[in-house]
Amino acid sequence: MTNALEIKDLKKVYATGVEALRGIDLTVVAGDFYALLGPNGAGKSTTIGIITSLVNKTSGTVKVFGYDIDTDLVRAKQQIGLVPQEFNFNPFETVEQIVVNQAGYYGVPRKEALKRSEKYLKQSDLWEKRHVRARMLSGGMKRRLMIARALMHEPRLLILDEPTAGVDIELRREMWDFLRKLNENGTTIILTTHYLEEAEMLCRNIGIIQTGEVIENTSMKNLLAKLQFETFIFDLAPYEKEPVITGYQSIFEDQLTLAVEVERNQGINDLFEQFSAQGIQVLSMRNKSNRLEELFLKITEEKR
Amino acid sequence: MFNLYITALKSLAVKETNRYLRIWVQTLVPPVITTSLYFVIFGNLIGGRIGQMDGFSYMEFIVPGLIMMSVITSSYSNVASSFFSQKFQKNIEELLIAPVPTHVIIWGFVIGGLGRSILVGTLVTLISLFFVPLHVFSWFIVIVTLLMTAILFSLAGLLNGIFAQSFDDVSIVPTFVLQPLTYLGGVFYAISMLPPVWQAISKINPIVYMISGFRYGFLGTIDVPIGLSMGILVLFIVVLYSVCWYLIDRGRGLRS
Ligand SMILES: Nc1ncnc2c1ncn2[C@@H]1O[C@H](COP(=O)(O)OP(=O)(O)OP(=O)(O)O)[C@@H](O)[C@H]1O
Ligand SMILES: [Mg+2]
Repeated sequence: MTNALEIKDLKKVYATGVEALRGIDLTVVAGDFYALLGPNGAGKSTTIGIITSLVNKTSGTVKVFGYDIDTDLVRAKQQIGLVPQEFNFNPFETVEQIVVNQAGYYGVPRKEALKRSEKYLKQSDLWEKRHVRARMLSGGMKRRLMIARALMHEPRLLILDEPTAGVDIELRREMWDFLRKLNENGTTIILTTHYLEEAEMLCRNIGIIQTGEVIENTSMKNLLAKLQFETFIFDLAPYEKEPVITGYQSIFEDQLTLAVEVERNQGINDLFEQFSAQGIQVLSMRNKSNRLEELFLKITEEKR
Repeated sequence: MFNLYITALKSLAVKETNRYLRIWVQTLVPPVITTSLYFVIFGNLIGGRIGQMDGFSYMEFIVPGLIMMSVITSSYSNVASSFFSQKFQKNIEELLIAPVPTHVIIWGFVIGGLGRSILVGTLVTLISLFFVPLHVFSWFIVIVTLLMTAILFSLAGLLNGIFAQSFDDVSIVPTFVLQPLTYLGGVFYAISMLPPVWQAISKINPIVYMISGFRYGFLGTIDVPIGLSMGILVLFIVVLYSVCWYLIDRGRGLRS
C-alpha cells in the first residue's frame, strides 16, 4: 500500500537564517490517524507549510500518496485538505461563499459544490449560518468552518494544524468524534497538537518534533509505555512528625508539599495507608501536571 | 485538466466580482462622482469658453479621456487592493494550496479589474450623455482599446499588490505615478497643442498612447498613429504579464 505521506531529509532555513527543520524523516501510512507533537517553535507548522506549498523547502523530498511535490505538484495538492493554525478565510465573505469557492479552486463545479456545502456545513453545525459573514462567527464556529472548507474537495489526506486551540472542552469532544468518524471512513488524518492527551485520545501513531528534528516516530502504544511512572503532588496538613514514605521515590517540594513518583500498576492505596498510619492528613492531591514535559525529558535523556 | 482550471477560474472570477460589488460604495460611486464633477466644471462651465478642439466642442473632446481615466484607476486599484488584502488576510493561501496554475490566478484577478472598470466606464459614459451626445467613430477601436487598457492596468495593479507590504504601498503608486501620468497624458488637452519639447517628453508617457487611441475610436482624431498605440498596449501587456507570472510562480511575498 502507498503511504499517505513520505518525507525524507526535509530541511528548511528561513530567509531570516532560522533553521526550522534540520533534516526530518516521516512516514504516515494510508488510513492512519497520526499526531505530530512538539513544543512551540518545534517546526510543526513549517513541515505542514512545505507539504501544502505554503512554504518553500530548502532541500529534501515530500511525497503525498506517491506524488512528489516537485514533479507532480497538481496531483499531490489534490490529495490534501488543510486546516491551518490561524484563520485565513476572507472575513467579509459568507460561510457558503468561502466553502463553495474553495471547492471551485479544486475543480468542483458550482452545482456540485453547493450540494456538498449542504452536507459539510450541516455536519459542522454551520448550515444555519451559511449566509452569515465569516467574521460574525464565534471562534469555535470559525474553526469548524475551516474544517468544512478543507473537506469540500473530499481529500484523501486531511492535515489539521492545532485544530482544537482555543476551543472549549465540549466542542473539542465533538470535534474529536467528528475526526474519528472521518478517519473510520477512510480519510488519513494528520494533526499537530501541544497536548499529549489529545494525541492519546485520537491517534494511532505519533511523531515528536523538537527544534527541527524528529526525536520520536512510533506507535502511541509504544510511546505511552515509556511513561512508566507518574508524579503525584500531595498537599499535607501541618504535622508534628515528618512522614517517612517507603516503597516510593518521594521528595518534599516544601514543608507541606510532597511529590511522589508512582510507577504504572503500582497503585496509591499503600501510600494512603502509610499516611494514615503516621497520622498525616492529606488535604489534596494532584497530578504533577505536564506529562508531556516528563515525556520530553525522558526521550531526550535516552538520546544522550 | 483543462475543465478543472476553467472551474477554478470561474470561482476566482466570481469571488473577485462579488468583492467589488459588495463594496460598491467604495468601488463604483467615487469615480462616477469625480468624473461627473469634471463634466460639470471643465466641460460645461469652463469648456464653453474654450472653443473648438480639432473640430469638436471641448466637452466632446474630454469625454473619451475622462472615461479612460476612470477605467485606468478602477482597474489598477481594484486588483492592487484585492490582491494585497488577500495577502494581508492570508486568504491568498486558499489559492496557494489548491491546484490552481499561476495563469489562472492572474486571469482571475484581471477579470475582477476588467469587470469593475468596464462597469465604471459604462456608468461614466452614461453620465456623459447628460452633457453631450455620444459620438463614436469606430466601435471596434473603442472596445479594443478599452479592453486592452483595462487588462494592462489590472496587471500593473497586480504587480503593485505583489510588492506591497502595507496598505500605504497600495496607494502610493496611484497617487504619485498613475494620476500625474494620466493628467499629463492628454485627458484635458491634445498633445499637439504642446511646444515641441514637451511633445517629445510626453511621448515617453505610455498613457498618452492609450488616451489617444481611445479618443481616435470616438472622434477619429489622433495625436499618435493608432498602430503605435495598439503596439504599445500589447507590448506593455506582454511584459507586465510575464513579470507577474514569474513573481507569483516564484511565490514572491507569498511563500517564505
Ligand atoms: N515565516 C517565517 N520566517 C522566519 N522564521 C519563521 C517563519 N515561520 C516560522 N519561523 C521560525 O521557524 C521555527 C519553527 O516554527 P513553526 O511555526 O514551524 O513551529 P511550530 O512547531 O508550528 O510552533 P507552534 O506550536 O508555536 O505553532 C520557529 O523558530 C519560528 O520562529
Ligand atoms: Mg505551528
